[in-house]
Amino acid sequence: MLASVASVELSRWQFGISASFHFMFVPLTLGLSWILFAMESAYLYTGNVIYRDMTKFWGKLFAINFAVGVLTGLSLEFQFGTNWSYYSQYVGDIFGTPLAIEGLVAFMLESTFLGLFFFGWDSLSKKQHLFANFCLALGSSLSALLILIANGFMQHPVGAFFNYQTMRMETGNLWQLIINPIAQIGFIHTVIGGYVTGAVFVCGISAYYILKGRDLAFAKRSFAIAAGFGLIASFMVIFMGDANGLAVAKNQPMKLAAIEAEWHTQKAPAAFNLIAFPSQKEHRNLYAIKIPDMLGLIVAHSFNVQIPGIENLLAENEVKIQNGIKAYGLLQQIRAGNNDPALISNFNQYKDDLGFGLLLKRYTENVTDATPTQIKMAALETVPNVATLFWSFRVMVAIGFFLLLFFMIAVTCLYRGTLWKKNIFLKHAIYAIPLPWIAALCGWFVTEHGRQPWTIYNQLPTDLSASTLGVPDVSLSMITFLLFFTLLFIVELKLMFKFAKLGPSAIHTGKYHFEQEEK
Amino acid sequence: MTEYALLQVLAWVALGAVMVLFSLTGGFDLGAGTLLPFLGKTDKERRVIINIIGPTWDGNQVWLIIIGAGIFAIWPRAYAVSFTGFYFAMLIVLWALFMRPVGFEYRSKLTSQSWRTFWDWALFVGSIVPSIIFGVAMGNLLLGSPFSFDPITLRLNYTGSFFNLLHPFAILCGVLSLSMFLMHGASYLQLRSKGIVHERAKKAAMLLSLFFIALYVLTGALLQFVISGYHVAALPIDPTNNPLANTVTLYKGAWMENYYQHPWMWIAPALGFLGPLFVYINAKNNNKLKCFYMSVVGVIGAVSSIGFSLFPFLMPSSTFPNQSLLVWNSASSKLSLEGILLVALIMLPIIFYYTNFVYKKLWGRDRLMTESVVTDETHSLY
Repeated sequence: MLASVASVELSRWQFGISASFHFMFVPLTLGLSWILFAMESAYLYTGNVIYRDMTKFWGKLFAINFAVGVLTGLSLEFQFGTNWSYYSQYVGDIFGTPLAIEGLVAFMLESTFLGLFFFGWDSLSKKQHLFANFCLALGSSLSALLILIANGFMQHPVGAFFNYQTMRMETGNLWQLIINPIAQIGFIHTVIGGYVTGAVFVCGISAYYILKGRDLAFAKRSFAIAAGFGLIASFMVIFMGDANGLAVAKNQPMKLAAIEAEWHTQKAPAAFNLIAFPSQKEHRNLYAIKIPDMLGLIVAHSFNVQIPGIENLLAENEVKIQNGIKAYGLLQQIRAGNNDPALISNFNQYKDDLGFGLLLKRYTENVTDATPTQIKMAALETVPNVATLFWSFRVMVAIGFFLLLFFMIAVTCLYRGTLWKKNIFLKHAIYAIPLPWIAALCGWFVTEHGRQPWTIYNQLPTDLSASTLGVPDVSLSMITFLLFFTLLFIVELKLMFKFAKLGPSAIHTGKYHFEQEEK
Repeated sequence: MTEYALLQVLAWVALGAVMVLFSLTGGFDLGAGTLLPFLGKTDKERRVIINIIGPTWDGNQVWLIIIGAGIFAIWPRAYAVSFTGFYFAMLIVLWALFMRPVGFEYRSKLTSQSWRTFWDWALFVGSIVPSIIFGVAMGNLLLGSPFSFDPITLRLNYTGSFFNLLHPFAILCGVLSLSMFLMHGASYLQLRSKGIVHERAKKAAMLLSLFFIALYVLTGALLQFVISGYHVAALPIDPTNNPLANTVTLYKGAWMENYYQHPWMWIAPALGFLGPLFVYINAKNNNKLKCFYMSVVGVIGAVSSIGFSLFPFLMPSSTFPNQSLLVWNSASSKLSLEGILLVALIMLPIIFYYTNFVYKKLWGRDRLMTESVVTDETHSLY
């Protein structure tokens, strides 16, 4: 028995809410941990106490952010089991592996050294403390790597095969799972996106102190370290984003076609839609501003490669659904106990498209007697929502380039020694703080929403993955999640603003602005 | 036994060991968090307790996450059935756990008394709720859960509800696990503190160890004489490929069967009984360190004894016993198990090494947490 449409929708919302909240905290953890490491390295090499104060103060903000990151992340892991149980048993054999390894290799390292980082200042030597800081940063990056390997499998399921005897996908090659190009590129893109976030965060808050004329030595040094870090990271994030695009074009053509609002295959070199208003209903763009010949160059780095459009992919998917129906029929016979080798080899011929057959489960319990209309409907489902993908992608890219420009100006002015007088720029640095978060959320939206209607791309449909739960149950849990996250987010922001405004006085060394007033 | 079957047993042992590790480390955090509002009356006393567990609770809780992810990776179908079957029980644990990272981190960031009192109780909830529900869940594993699978798609059909989980025996198990974590938390607090908190923790450890022993014996007696246990009478030749074809029988005392078959297993319940007894004696004689170590022994014994009772069951089905999830019929493929076990084999010694380093650095030179330490280091502590 499948979960009802409403129940699946609610489980998706619940997971989407949790993942989005999680990624409000993760990028800063990823980026700030290495900025802390850079600051503390400066302390070790120069011996200047101000770098130690910087590590402590930004570390305080890091901790406020980290706490909520942990609990939102835990929510995701629980939900695979609670709300996506068929998914869990169908791919747990391979998907669970990176998650278990993440706990052992990364999260344990990060969490154990977190305590030492905050409470070990007096009991550790300088080098030992820097080492604790390093382990903290390394742990968070490794954690991202393993989670992105798991996510990469959902996007591009390599290293696994379907086993009809156990009715699940099983590990064929762990190494392939790890070096999955979507996973590796996605990891670097994500982590560097986190570095940009950390850099913008430190620059923005430091700019605030500079504008207020407080703790200038502290603020300028913080700004300078973060700006240098940010310039490299914002360049790299665009570079890796480009690589990510190439990998998507190769492995997830439907997602790419949706991102570019490319309804029909154009003859190469195809025009690139800079701006478009796609209509999902009519399968065309109501209005578009095009740049001739650019599409292939952007998504495949070639003028000759043809980029398939949605309509053409749709036709291919219909064929795959037909094959999937055959695969499903054969699977049913095998599962019923027929072990005829001819049957099995016939099944193996079609089994790659089994997932497409499973798309029909939503429309008919017995997939093999699907009507042509149902097949058409199931095929249409394989087109993700074009307008939302098209626009969220462009918002992300625009922010990426804007931040590159931002750091270029910052570093140039810093080099010339004129930065601290540029009040307008510094003001904008404060307003820029939310931008990397918006970009990250847009990016993840494109990645995950663009994967629909699959949880495992081309293998396992979302509808089938969900647990069979009642609508009241999932409604109640979804609202509770939303409530908890919203309240905790408000509390987190309240503390973050309070300590960011307070500045380095918050670490009580007696040297900084508000402590002078008190005396 | 085939190599694959042996590997599955090894995975069971490894995951059991992680459960013991969580109960030992995360366990005293849960216990101390639950005792927080009672053993600490003033703000300073409470900060003594919070700072005893504060610097290391985060790493300790990762064992819990490894348990979850480990079940996911090693027995995906058991993960699927337990998490979705115990839907609200799982989510209530999760929501309670929400209170912990923020509770520790945010509580002492502001000085307002009502703010701090709020987070004290949040930490209390975040500690007591999982302590009880873990036991209730264990109780339900022993009782069996109402589930079956579609033979073609292996899709789960779970017919229970949240309130079905609250069977009196399961509640008893919940109180039992709470008392175990409380005893362990109190033993840890009396080890790390001095002064009034130490005195109170010592008394709590004495009281709670006796309470635990009484409940532990009662639970054992119920398992022997009252509760119907499950027993695997026969397995299909290839259990992984035929997960619904076991032959499982039910009878009173079946959960004690393993102990009669393998008498060496009695060591676990013996330690579960004797450890707490010596917690009492050592607490009374002011042997701080021995008291804590005996609590460690007790926890190892008690947690292992449940594992030994259940083996080879992961989750018995009360409605279709022949479809019960066993160590041998719901595990991941051989290659996955090898991968995970290899990583665990490499990582566990490394984790022990650095965790030991961290504890030594934080608690070296006989550091004890007292109200005066909290006063001196008020800005750098939780």
